[in-house]
Amino acid sequence: MSSALHIEESPTTGDETITNYTINFGPQHPAAHGVLRMVMELDGEIIERVDPHVGLLHRGTEKLIEHKTYLQALPYFDRLDYCSPLAQEYSYVLAIEKLLNVEVPERAQYIRVLFAELTRICNHMLNIGAHVMDVGAMTPNLWVFELREDCLNFFERMSGARMHHAYLRPGGVHQDVPEKLLVDIGEWLDTRLPELFGDAMSLVLDNRIFKQRNVDIAVVSKDDAVAWGFSGPMIRAAGVPWDLRKSQPYDVYDRMEFDIPVGTNSDCYDRFVVRVKEVYESAKIMKQCLRDMPTGPIASYDRKVSPPKRAEMKQSMEALIHHFKLYTEGFHVPAGEVYVATESPKGEFGVYLVSDGSNKPYRCKIRPTAFSHLQAMDFMCKGHMLPDATAILGAIDVVFGECDR
Amino acid sequence: MATLHSAPRFTQIDGLAGTLSSALGDHLVSVHEEHGELLLAVHRASIEDALRILRDDHGYQQLMEIAGVDYPSRAERFEVVYMLLSLTKNSRIMVKCTASEDTPVPTVTTLWPNAGWLEREVFDMYGVLFDGNTDLRRILTDYGFEGHPFRKDFPLTGYVELRYSEDEKRVVYEPVELAQDLRQFDFMSPWEGADYVLPGDEKATTPPVDEPKTTESPKQTGAGKKADDKAADKVSAGAPAEEEGGKDAEPPKPTEDRPARAKRQGKTSDTAKATEPKKKVSARKKPAAKKAPAKRKAPGKKKDDE
Repeated sequence: MSSALHIEESPTTGDETITNYTINFGPQHPAAHGVLRMVMELDGEIIERVDPHVGLLHRGTEKLIEHKTYLQALPYFDRLDYCSPLAQEYSYVLAIEKLLNVEVPERAQYIRVLFAELTRICNHMLNIGAHVMDVGAMTPNLWVFELREDCLNFFERMSGARMHHAYLRPGGVHQDVPEKLLVDIGEWLDTRLPELFGDAMSLVLDNRIFKQRNVDIAVVSKDDAVAWGFSGPMIRAAGVPWDLRKSQPYDVYDRMEFDIPVGTNSDCYDRFVVRVKEVYESAKIMKQCLRDMPTGPIASYDRKVSPPKRAEMKQSMEALIHHFKLYTEGFHVPAGEVYVATESPKGEFGVYLVSDGSNKPYRCKIRPTAFSHLQAMDFMCKGHMLPDATAILGAIDVVFGECDR
Repeated sequence: MATLHSAPRFTQIDGLAGTLSSALGDHLVSVHEEHGELLLAVHRASIEDALRILRDDHGYQQLMEIAGVDYPSRAERFEVVYMLLSLTKNSRIMVKCTASEDTPVPTVTTLWPNAGWLEREVFDMYGVLFDGNTDLRRILTDYGFEGHPFRKDFPLTGYVELRYSEDEKRVVYEPVELAQDLRQFDFMSPWEGADYVLPGDEKATTPPVDEPKTTESPKQTGAGKKADDKAADKVSAGAPAEEEGGKDAEPPKPTEDRPARAKRQGKTSDTAKATEPKKKVSARKKPAAKKAPAKRKAPGKKKDDE
């Protein structure tokens, strides 16, 4: 009898006796996109409060960089956001170049822009696939992974590495790209990418279930998006046409013709569609790069920054000295501090570089794109259902290598 | 100097330094323009007011980043740098103030909601306190971490390491033990202002002695008949014969990284077999052995730890 009374009074029976409870989302949840732990306070299935715990992948990259020469520190940037490695290197080499005030040959600038855009496509393929899978669709993910595989193969032919390229250098790029690779990329942009991607997106964009899971989820007003420091697709989905490639162009982006897709509703669906449209814009930029790319050197001729060719090193004493000095001591960077931010696929990826005039950075602060977005999880999730949290997280496009550094 | 680099080109507003410094008035300490960046140093106490003026009156709507920097030699060792972005004017500036371990910086969470985590990070990494931040927890380091790792006097290797202990069935923390010394290369060239004395350099600064050494007579030269005879020898003497009967030195003892740990048993040749698949006979011996749980793997979830 006493047990029957107990059941009657239990919190699941009467609405007035329901109390909030707290659950852990992650750190080993497949939809947490890595090692994110979110402490959620739920009222039934409605999210009341979210406290994201980050830092489970903290490796102290910034501290390690302080103990390496400028060139040795470069590969750390691949390992931040391992889904778009080249985009992180980009900010770093531009920061060094800004301090050194070194000129980059035109061909190198085109190569950088070309592969930065390929990185964007590669990154969006992963995010788009993961996002649709988070809300229940399986097939498009497999299809866009085909394209991602193509991208990785191109990267392998570019640098020798599929993921961690370490390809950009202060003053240019590491090595020239084969002619055949450029031809193949051009062909891929004309045939395989639009076909396969178009097919995959035709399954998703007008899909009723996909829309039910994403439309009107986590609506962020324009003012909120600005105040929370949003950037990239997150701020563009809120209707702010802000793209660093357009407003603060670096390398040859100012010669490229492309549009900035913006959203109207600022919900998860808009963020998704902005990324889908960006893939087509990136393809447009890549085609222009392939069309306009000149021949010429791929790295600066300033021998105090960029090493001579290996063949030259075997012939010339001066080249040998430069080669030796650059790969042991490295180059010295004039004292000063700069903050350089580029448009990475996920948003503004910035590097605040403080130099004391030596061959090692005195301080290298990395501005991750995910930090501001993830911080807004609390107010974006409030009032939504628990399964919406995965859609919101998928639409943020967060990678913890970068968030936790 | 002409701009050669191709870093992001944001709008360079004419006279921006003058406009902003007159707007900040008393809050300002110094203005600095270098490498195309505008740096405004303000007083710590008025950082919030200064940033409010910049946000409300000068269109710097976004706070993109707060960076801490450690300069141990300064009286107030930390610098807190705020990166502001104007979406309307397409301009970036940096505003900074100084702080020490026990002088809190006023929070700017009142101006930008995303300042919360950024300040938490500076607190976590440098131990700079933010007055008014209601949620100043650690953010990137481990639960229960001690110290502030990005300070220049915090060692790169840290103080503790952790591993999974099979005995205790949990992660245990141990003081860090390095298999080899941390190598710190000194790249500073002695011609470019290294502040240490190279071997032999101390002679250059040794003061002259009272009585300089001179050779007045042949006796003082150390030479004589014996030396002259030896010098007259046209053929040099052969190498001295090796002495017999010497004992070979003992080979060095193997270094044990962790003396507290039990010594490894068995021979090294055993390990080769360890990687081979187990013989079926031995597998039949223990049929009740624990079956490994089937690994679950979400297909296509490459994004998780790679």
